[in-house]
Amino acid sequence: MNQAPLVALVGNPNAGKSALFNALTGARQKVGNYPGVTVERHAGRMALPDGRPVELLDLPGAYSLDPSSPDEQVTRDVLVGRQEGERLPDAIITVVDASNLDNHLRFTLQLIALGLPIVVALNMVDLAERDGLKLDPEALERELGVPVVATVAVRKRGLDALKDRLGDVVRNVHAVRPGAGVQHDIVVLQRRARQIATAVTVSETAARRWTHRLDAVALHPVAGTILLLGILFVMFQAVFAWATPPADAIDAGFSWLQGAIKANMADGPLRSLLTDGVIAGVGAVVVFLPQILILFTFILILEATGYMVRAAFLMDRVMASVGLSGRAFIPLLSSFACAVPGIMATRTISDEKDRLTTILIAPLMTCSARLPVYTIIISALIPDKAVLPGIGLQGLVLFGLYVMGIAGAFGAAMLLRRTVTKGATSGFMMEMPKYQMPRLRDVLLGLWQRAEIFLKRAGTIILLTTIILWALLSFPKPPEGSNISPVDYSIAGRIGNGLQTVVAPIGFNRDIALALIPAMAAREVAVAAIGTVYAIDDPEGDAGQEAIRANLRKNWTLPTALAFLMWFVFAPQCISTIAVTRRETNGWKWPAFMVGYLFVLAYVAAGITYWSAVALGL
Amino acid sequence: MNVAAAIPQPVRLAQLPRLKPGTVSTVDWHDLSEPEGRRLRELGLDEGVEVELLHRSVLGGGPVACRIGRMTVALRRHVAAAIHVSPNPAS
Repeated sequence: MNQAPLVALVGNPNAGKSALFNALTGARQKVGNYPGVTVERHAGRMALPDGRPVELLDLPGAYSLDPSSPDEQVTRDVLVGRQEGERLPDAIITVVDASNLDNHLRFTLQLIALGLPIVVALNMVDLAERDGLKLDPEALERELGVPVVATVAVRKRGLDALKDRLGDVVRNVHAVRPGAGVQHDIVVLQRRARQIATAVTVSETAARRWTHRLDAVALHPVAGTILLLGILFVMFQAVFAWATPPADAIDAGFSWLQGAIKANMADGPLRSLLTDGVIAGVGAVVVFLPQILILFTFILILEATGYMVRAAFLMDRVMASVGLSGRAFIPLLSSFACAVPGIMATRTISDEKDRLTTILIAPLMTCSARLPVYTIIISALIPDKAVLPGIGLQGLVLFGLYVMGIAGAFGAAMLLRRTVTKGATSGFMMEMPKYQMPRLRDVLLGLWQRAEIFLKRAGTIILLTTIILWALLSFPKPPEGSNISPVDYSIAGRIGNGLQTVVAPIGFNRDIALALIPAMAAREVAVAAIGTVYAIDDPEGDAGQEAIRANLRKNWTLPTALAFLMWFVFAPQCISTIAVTRRETNGWKWPAFMVGYLFVLAYVAAGITYWSAVALGL
Repeated sequence: MNVAAAIPQPVRLAQLPRLKPGTVSTVDWHDLSEPEGRRLRELGLDEGVEVELLHRSVLGGGPVACRIGRMTVALRRHVAAAIHVSPNPAS
């Protein structure tokens, strides 16, 4: 088979590699995974000036070919042709940050020594010039002995020249230079890199004034902490305030659809499946798409601007007190959106014990899938009254649930670091990139990928579990004239009533017992499941959020609701998280441990909550 | 390259006054773990490189932000304490 040449895009973190990848391939990207490891494989297509197609592979950022994390391992293995499921690249584009030459060139020298055809993209030359650094790309080309092209990936400058030079080296695919193999002596490479950097620098004045001015505030012990808390506050506030109008619109859309089907279709199992199963279930989950997208928007912007590393810097002290490092803050913050990308982001933590601890506590961060559960229970059963002017009881309960998750995570980290993940405290050493304006296109691309994943989940796992649950809830039908409720008479109802004996001590009723099983697939299914239970119990009733709330008020007590909320703070009810943990830790041992300790925590916490609430007469 | 001899009194990077650049004279590599040392080298730290302390986080124990060459790097205090710096003569 005549495959398109494979070109690997390699570079230091923060060299602007992903921006270059986006600029070269546009939206023609495919995100996959390497077999055996969870490092994401980003590949895309581009055409050379003469029309030949090329497959461009975006490799994880690395500082050298001596890997210190699973990410860097993939980069090294691909480049030496040892990565399973990947052929040896035909050529390399290496991206270097023009204002960080003395450092980035060291990696470039190591890459050149590999012997593969190579083109150097001298990226972000505009920022370097803004910082008062003038470079001579031709001198760099002479010093390195390989083609060098000045680029500004975010403004698409220099891309044609880059493709031209790439076309030249790819044309001679078989004329590979003799390679010296992997050059390991970092000190020698570093000194040579500094020599070259000095040789190609035409002039230099004071550097990075803007970044320093911003850092004076962002890293300040007091001002920086206030700024960080402010950003987090706005972020969580926005998730609720901004999401309401689009969420209401989606809810109204599903209700309309349900009404239309009921009006135009004869009553029967198919109509019940569509309205009570598919629409009640999937609709209850899709409503939360706006919230999830808003949360991800914030996280993508914080990452793209370079602020995330500043947050890690500020949090390092706090994280160190429970045996983690500031680096763990980034995966944990991402876990507020979803633990799956959060756990995947732990790949940048080089210390194994540190990384494992972060993975084990990541599910305790209140992910966006819990929001549907929290919001509907709170809005139905917590009185909407003000505790203090401007602070409502409902908001306070929600905030309390977030705090419970964080406190639980810190407590768990402290315990884990003293027992199962015992080890020397890991370090914190991180490059702090320049601040950058996030680019709308890159943020939108990231959001699109998240929305796609979420909707795919709603369309597959959630749809499937909802249909199965609907079937189990619908059959067998109670005999004509009996006064047993249809749910109690069904298969699922009988299972639920059986399971209730286990969860009754912590205040859970039949509806919860029923919802817990399908919610193993994903937490938000609990809402879908409750929606389906009530829809079948009362086929004539309305659908939509308001109907679910009315039923909750009728069937649940406040202690039960509080216990249920507390259960969801801790319970590891998410197949995807368990699966990603298995992949990240290469086995079932740690996911099994995680599921075990979190279920025990959930049961105990829900029990304590229920009995305290009952004792207090709530 | 004997930079240290020309300038008196090297100080530890952790104690360097803020925004007063200096040149790395020696690094106590043996005080650092192997991965720490390697990562530090990968971030461009070496004898003879210009460094500058930019920001200290919370008093006592928190990390410091410093410039190594043209790059800003966050380090924990004990790492910054292993780096000896000769302050550059005031220009």
